[in-house]
Amino acid sequence: MTGLDQKRYFRRRAVNAINLTISMIAVTFALFFLAWILFTLFNNGLSHLTLSTFTKMTPPPGSSGGLLNAIAGSLMMVSMATLIGTPVGILAGTYLAEFGRAGWLAPTTRFINDILLSAPSIVIGLFVYELVVHRMGHFSGWAGALALALIVLPVVVRTTENMLQLVPNSLREAAAALGAPQWKVVVMVSYRAARAGMLTGILLAVARISGETAPLLFTALNNQFWTNDLNGPVSSLAVIIFQFAMSPYEDWHYLAWSGALLITMFVLGLNILARSIFRKGSDS
Amino acid sequence: MGKHMSETTLHKKNAILDTLFHNTTRLFAFLVFALLLGIMGTLTIASLPALKTFGFGFFTSDAWNPVTVEFGALVPIFGTIATASIAMLIAVPVSFGIALFITELSPNWLKRPLGVAIELLAGIPSIIYGMWGLFVFAPWFADHLEPWVNDHMGELPMVGHFFQGPPMGIGMLTAGFILAIMVIPFIASVMRDVFEIVPPMLKESAYGLGSTTWEVVWNVVLPFTKVGVVGGIMLGLGRALGETMAVTFVIGNAHELSMSLLMPGNTISSALANEFTEAVGDVYTSSLITLGMLLFVITFIVLALAKLLLIQLAAKEGKQS
Repeated sequence: MTGLDQKRYFRRRAVNAINLTISMIAVTFALFFLAWILFTLFNNGLSHLTLSTFTKMTPPPGSSGGLLNAIAGSLMMVSMATLIGTPVGILAGTYLAEFGRAGWLAPTTRFINDILLSAPSIVIGLFVYELVVHRMGHFSGWAGALALALIVLPVVVRTTENMLQLVPNSLREAAAALGAPQWKVVVMVSYRAARAGMLTGILLAVARISGETAPLLFTALNNQFWTNDLNGPVSSLAVIIFQFAMSPYEDWHYLAWSGALLITMFVLGLNILARSIFRKGSDS
Repeated sequence: MGKHMSETTLHKKNAILDTLFHNTTRLFAFLVFALLLGIMGTLTIASLPALKTFGFGFFTSDAWNPVTVEFGALVPIFGTIATASIAMLIAVPVSFGIALFITELSPNWLKRPLGVAIELLAGIPSIIYGMWGLFVFAPWFADHLEPWVNDHMGELPMVGHFFQGPPMGIGMLTAGFILAIMVIPFIASVMRDVFEIVPPMLKESAYGLGSTTWEVVWNVVLPFTKVGVVGGIMLGLGRALGETMAVTFVIGNAHELSMSLLMPGNTISSALANEFTEAVGDVYTSSLITLGMLLFVITFIVLALAKLLLIQLAAKEGKQS
């Protein structure tokens, strides 16, 4: 090796080492922020998380209370949204995977669905405001549930389609050869084979809407009191956190931190559960 | 004979059920398509009062005065673009580093935990980022990073004035930084996925010729996946443009055009979140809806481009295998 070659060799080695180190720093950077956010949440949330957080209503400023009505409101709207969004999403996803081989509808819908998947959720809130709230003349829990359902929809469509496409065609052909009509092939063969993956998609959709705030601001609004009437304004954990955190009152800040910890644990727990179901389903 | 009859009726029943099932699924697929048209149509109609009052001057005016009923979109548009650009400047190199680490450097046992960690970062609701940003990150930013930014970047030629301003912690720079952390997992996971489709043969050939890991990534992996990488970046950009809650907490909600990134500002989404329920009068509400419509159109274009690029890469992969 001549001196020049050796110099070049060392330079290439140095560039390599520097860039790979930077790549490791990038990973550390992301993990550092994940750890920082989770640490802050536990540090501020745990100390004020007591039994009364779950048993008392949201208080006026300056007094103690809990988050019961907000938790109940969130649960109601999230379950309604899931009940509305999931069947629609599964059927639309079924069309894309099982019937959409010809024609313009399937490719167009697939494309639009992928865009809706990342569309700003606040615009969904505006849409439902114009569609429901503006016409009915008042904010309502149903409008909130509808807005959340529109966010569930593209997630379920996407996972249903992907999971059905993983089902080997030989399974469908075997069922068809036995004389099964197509709807039976889809319902009794394809759905069964793709069950774990489809369930994963639904859980991920629930996780996604549990933390959504923006679409609820103009639809369900907020409510200081207990209500189980979805025809009126309903409070939700996410909107309460927003209201309380932006307020100048200490007590409200503590409750907001407790609520933030609850929401994050719920969402991350669902994420992990969904992935473990998927892994188990795809292993067997 | 009777048995034969029942077989035909069964056959007919199944044929009807088949048509019914097929058409039901088609109806719901059409519903997804109609949803997009519905959003576009509804928002267009609702934004007409504002557009009639202000004309296209709405998009270039920096006025925002509920008392005199004068509105313009310039400040929120500027804020949206500024915060999203800051986010991209930070998030793109970091995401590239993460994807590079996971695909080329990481030992196998570390790949799954790292993937889970990145997914957790994507799973944290945006309101949590906002709260953490307001109570923890912004004060820290004001005490430690912004004075440094003032001292070291405020003197730079051309771009210096962006970095001069009071270190308040609240403002466009903070919002952009938090956005960056939020979109990193999205960009990084797309980049990781497209890096993994590079045929091992190509990489091994380059290694066999004596390339270093960096040379393989820069000269083989990146050119091969260029289209997908840009698609992933656009996907992150779409997210950053439309993100609401995290930005609303830390941007300061100020309707003044300021060249300094350290000053409070507004984005389209934060203006909506802060003002929509309190807006009085048709023109005020309609102006806010016009902002929302503009946001939807911009993100639609960005996300559509992202999707088209990713489709292009998938087609290329299909041709090779």
